[in-house]
Amino acid sequence: MTAVEAPAEAPPVVRREPRRWQGPAAFAAVALLALVVAPLLLEPFRLGLLAKYLCYAIVALGIGLAWGQGGMLTLGQGVFFGLGGYAMGMYLKLHDAGGDLPDFMVWSGVEKLPALWTPFGNPVFALAMAVVVPVVVALLLGALVFRQRVRGAYFAILTQALAAALVILLVGQQGLTGGTNGLTNFFDFFGQDLAADETQRGLYLTVAVVLGVLYLGARQLVRSRFGRLLLAVRDGEDRVRFLGYNPATVKTLTFAVSAGMAGIAGALFVPVVGIISPALLGVVPSLELVVGVAVGGRFALAGALLGAVVMGYARTYFSEELPAAWLYLQGALFVLVMTLAPRGIAGLAAGLVRRRREAGT
Amino acid sequence: MAISEVTVRDAELLAIDEINAAGGVLGKKLEPVVEDGASDWPTFAEKATKLIAQDKVATVFGGWTSASRKAMLPVFEKRKALLWYPVQYEGLESSPYIFYTGATTNQQIVPGLDYLKEKGKKKLFLVGSDYVFPRTANKIIKAYAAANGMEVLGEEYTPLGHTEYSTLVNKITEAKPDAVFNTLNGDSNVAFFKQLKSAGVSAEQMPVMSVSVAEEEVKGIGVDNVAGQLVAWNYYQTTDTPANQKFVAAFKAKYGADKVTSDPMEAGYNAVYLWAEAAKKAGSTDVEAVKKAAGGVSLDRPEGKVTIDGDNQHVYKTARIGVVQPDGQIKEVWNSGEPIKPDPYLKTYSWAGGLV
Repeated sequence: MTAVEAPAEAPPVVRREPRRWQGPAAFAAVALLALVVAPLLLEPFRLGLLAKYLCYAIVALGIGLAWGQGGMLTLGQGVFFGLGGYAMGMYLKLHDAGGDLPDFMVWSGVEKLPALWTPFGNPVFALAMAVVVPVVVALLLGALVFRQRVRGAYFAILTQALAAALVILLVGQQGLTGGTNGLTNFFDFFGQDLAADETQRGLYLTVAVVLGVLYLGARQLVRSRFGRLLLAVRDGEDRVRFLGYNPATVKTLTFAVSAGMAGIAGALFVPVVGIISPALLGVVPSLELVVGVAVGGRFALAGALLGAVVMGYARTYFSEELPAAWLYLQGALFVLVMTLAPRGIAGLAAGLVRRRREAGT
Repeated sequence: MAISEVTVRDAELLAIDEINAAGGVLGKKLEPVVEDGASDWPTFAEKATKLIAQDKVATVFGGWTSASRKAMLPVFEKRKALLWYPVQYEGLESSPYIFYTGATTNQQIVPGLDYLKEKGKKKLFLVGSDYVFPRTANKIIKAYAAANGMEVLGEEYTPLGHTEYSTLVNKITEAKPDAVFNTLNGDSNVAFFKQLKSAGVSAEQMPVMSVSVAEEEVKGIGVDNVAGQLVAWNYYQTTDTPANQKFVAAFKAKYGADKVTSDPMEAGYNAVYLWAEAAKKAGSTDVEAVKKAAGGVSLDRPEGKVTIDGDNQHVYKTARIGVVQPDGQIKEVWNSGEPIKPDPYLKTYSWAGGLV
């Protein structure tokens, strides 16, 4: 087993929650905080930033599923995020252009709307593609790779190469994709003025609700028979194969689900932040997402989610307070967490709770 | 912040200090708030939003790459705030909420081409980083070449930050152009010029005309590698005007005697003065009032006379072609004689008809 596969310190599978009310109560408290308290307390600019972190948290949820539960270290989640984002961006661009060519095509010398773009004028099609394209790409990739029993570091490198390749493709096709600039300058979102605080608040609530729903879905998946099988594949792929299951199918499906989540996150990210560009989906942002998941704790879905929000917030905070030191601080945080708490913040918290319970009873 | 961007910020802070020392604007001292876009386009948009929405600044000076400007443009247009962008760029833009104090294409690239044509250079090779400025610049260069009996032998792009140029240098030496037009960005220039030199290509045989290499970059590339090569800008540290003597002396006094000044720094420095002048004329720092008052504002700046064109919010600038000297300075060998009217869409150039 290589180092990047799920190491042996993965926590034992807990079959029954010790106190059944705790989970739902915590979820309700976080939901209340996110849906009621945050919109009341935060000014629109900060709420917009929180919405951005929550978009990253949706990607992190997918990484938690693929990596934490399934042992597939995906370093190219930015690819799926980008595909979702571009699908949404293409619709918004066409909608704003109102029958004319999008602005960047004009200055890139494109005279006729490329055929690839035409169907994205339809919002339903664009929204569907934001999920379908990432899922299909992941299914194809998974079917090719997992059947050949490519795993561990090789899979990680492959996904990373995919991210690098997509960036080169997007930058090179300036007339089709907006090049390094990406797609930006959106005004109207389904009839709402994107600059208005009301629209941004609505978007924030949408992101928060989508994240909540996806979290519950992922949690159900992890607790289902399929989830048990996924854990088994992570911890002993060959044994699962000998038992008569096909690990490749389990892994491919999980990878596709995580890709779909990243696609949804990308589609939500675009109206929230107002831009999608190759810089957002290359190797570095994909790695940053994985680092966030590792810091939060990859073995718990909530940990992955928390990690993404913490890293997003830290990035904003440090870049406002100590702009020059941000990258070093991010690196230091990662090293520190990995050496002191390999299971991340969630692992640390779970350990504390367990210890207190043991001491108390 | 990349090194080049830090120097622009320093020049802008110097202008703010000088204006404050002279009594400020409308009886108020200017107070700078500095944010770092971290060479990441969405971060530029995020920080611009913060400056406008949270810090409630009167105006913003900044941006570096075209992508950073494109990312900030919707923020400024939606929030009806003002941005002063200090870098030469690819044109084809004129936002009502941006003032462009660097050159547009007809004040830098077109004069650069005129100069090469005048020197009898008929065959060009185009080298650029893979992003919007080089791609658009090269489109303009190709249109110009076609209309002026010049030939483009090759057009090559490398990713931003690329540092392996031996293959590209081989391609260039095989194609044997009369001159190379270089739109590479930042560190790539270091590798490109080094490898060009080690391939034994001299500036006399095959000059390279660069539009993103200024005094600051010459230091980084190493003057041995780039001495004798051509550059196109609107300002050099050696530009002989009274305002420039004052600017260079003040910059060195504040930041160190070994510091150099360059075109984007000067454009950033000018931007602060132009805004202050427009605000004084308007009697207010209100965005719409400043915009209205800005047209026609004219000042003697280090590069010579600059005047804001009220229609497209660019400035009239004198084009200057220079040669890199062995001491790292740039010597002007040609200038346009008078400030050129900005024409971001190249509407007055018949050969550019098919571009926009």
